[in-house]
Amino acid sequence: MKRARAEVLSVRRLGAYHTITLVAPEIAERARPGQFVSVAVPPGRAYLLRRPFWVHAASRRGGWAGTFEFAFDVRGPGTAWLARRPPHTSLDVIGPLGRAFAYPRRLRTCLLVGEGHGVAALRFLAEELRARGRRVDMLIGGATLEEVFKPIEAKRLSTNLAIVTRDGSLGDRGRVIDVLEERAARWGTEVVYAAGPRDVLRGVARFCRERRIPAQVALEERMGCGTGLCFGCAVPVARTDGTGFDHLRACVEGPVFNPARIVWDRWGGTEGATPLSAG
Amino acid sequence: MPGTLPVDLGGLALRSPIVVASGCAGTGKEVGPLLEPAGLGALVSRSITLAPRTGSAGPRVAETPSGLLWSVGLQNPGVAAFVQDELPRLVRTGVPVIVSVTGGSLEEFVAVTSRVHVAPGVVAIEAHLDRPDEELDRPSFCARPERAAEVAGAVARMSRLPVFAKLPCLLPDLGDAARSCVRAGVHGLTVAGGLPAMGVDAKRGRPALGSVAGWLSGPAIRPVALRAVFEVARAVPGVPLMGGGGVTTGPEAAELLLAGAWAVQVGTATLVDPGAPARIAEGVAAYLEAHGLSSPADLRGGLRTGDGP
Repeated sequence: MKRARAEVLSVRRLGAYHTITLVAPEIAERARPGQFVSVAVPPGRAYLLRRPFWVHAASRRGGWAGTFEFAFDVRGPGTAWLARRPPHTSLDVIGPLGRAFAYPRRLRTCLLVGEGHGVAALRFLAEELRARGRRVDMLIGGATLEEVFKPIEAKRLSTNLAIVTRDGSLGDRGRVIDVLEERAARWGTEVVYAAGPRDVLRGVARFCRERRIPAQVALEERMGCGTGLCFGCAVPVARTDGTGFDHLRACVEGPVFNPARIVWDRWGGTEGATPLSAG
Repeated sequence: MPGTLPVDLGGLALRSPIVVASGCAGTGKEVGPLLEPAGLGALVSRSITLAPRTGSAGPRVAETPSGLLWSVGLQNPGVAAFVQDELPRLVRTGVPVIVSVTGGSLEEFVAVTSRVHVAPGVVAIEAHLDRPDEELDRPSFCARPERAAEVAGAVARMSRLPVFAKLPCLLPDLGDAARSCVRAGVHGLTVAGGLPAMGVDAKRGRPALGSVAGWLSGPAIRPVALRAVFEVARAVPGVPLMGGGGVTTGPEAAELLLAGAWAVQVGTATLVDPGAPARIAEGVAAYLEAHGLSSPADLRGGLRTGDGP
């Protein structure tokens, strides 16, 4: 984990999202898929907390030139401010934070499932899995065409791709969960990675438990500090000895967890509340 | 000289008056170098109970204007695991460690203290008294000054280390509670912590926090903390006093020192910026220099409240 004053290279509009590219070699060199950065918003007083964002690309050029990108949607004063950052200004960034996705050792056929800006974390993962010779299939979605994150890149990065939107404006109409079973069967999925809203992750967890498919999910939980200090982002995770659960911190013990160990019924409801990359 | 700000809390020597508040220092393995130990007088551990506590269900945090709404529910591993695993890591950060002890009964406070006060590297105990008194079935040990004093006194008698009784900023007679605790034998007082608060998510028709009610911290509460510190400093002059509430800059820390604090606890600002406590310490040094003062103690209670210049 490093702290950097990272220079803004560009802020681009991308459907419902903005993507921001930052020069921060120390962070770009270390960032792995599933990790996030936390960004300080301006020193005004109305809103204080740093905002966490998935890293969705990192270019490791060595030396001083390394850059990384994150995506966000403008939902509040903090993200509105971010969207207006001019090039060559700087941001106070801490990262990379959290535990990354683990790459499979033996299994070769990976299905990446996500909705909304969770797909940003999967984009980075797809790239890294391909670089390790794994086959990447993707099942991604969003409420509308605008909210499907980088569908053209997904096409480039995946062997098989399915897109669903709730309004049917791109791909099939529905949710990713609706077609997960059929696609996983057709594509011979051996391992599932997921990121996105909680109902999607829970659906993935149920499916993978039933089919005994190993899975990892990257959670979006509201965070206080993002660095493990405050115990604000608690996720109930079953103990391995079967005696109940512990609250683990999404920011340091996660955000990537084994979904089979998450005690979904005890996870306090933030469905529909401000998720990871918002505000 | 900027950067060197030793203060003496009645025999407890700290190299800086800036202390990381309870619940904002992690477990010793999170931010490491980002905390910049050099500028810190001490850190206060999260509050420790006898048995492990899983804490409250989420959401545990919500942002409010100028504030942080939170409820963690005292998640902690219990005193045995704390002393074995977490405390040694906190000590290795190089920052003097004050352990926050708490419980639901007087007995629990004493039992936790008995395990903590002999652990290597601990410099003081903070008794977190503003939590439900399960023994007498009251919402807080601080609901009656004599009960706060009874528990704080028992912790002080058990401990070989200096004990600070931590009182909340809002009490009907904070001065009386402070006097009672001092008479019961505590070394000093901490006046800090969130104010009782809650939030509602109207869109979903649900409370903002999983525990429904919680606490408000951050800059929003700083004026409340200033008044509380001022009141306690007047009630128990000469008693070491740590104050905290919403401090994010050096001059704001100086405000609390002027109001009568001997040291300043920094909580929410640490969550926003792990480097904040060290930066605030530098700010205090700069403030002292600009005002021709040599020690944070020179500020203590230096508020001019009369008609003078």
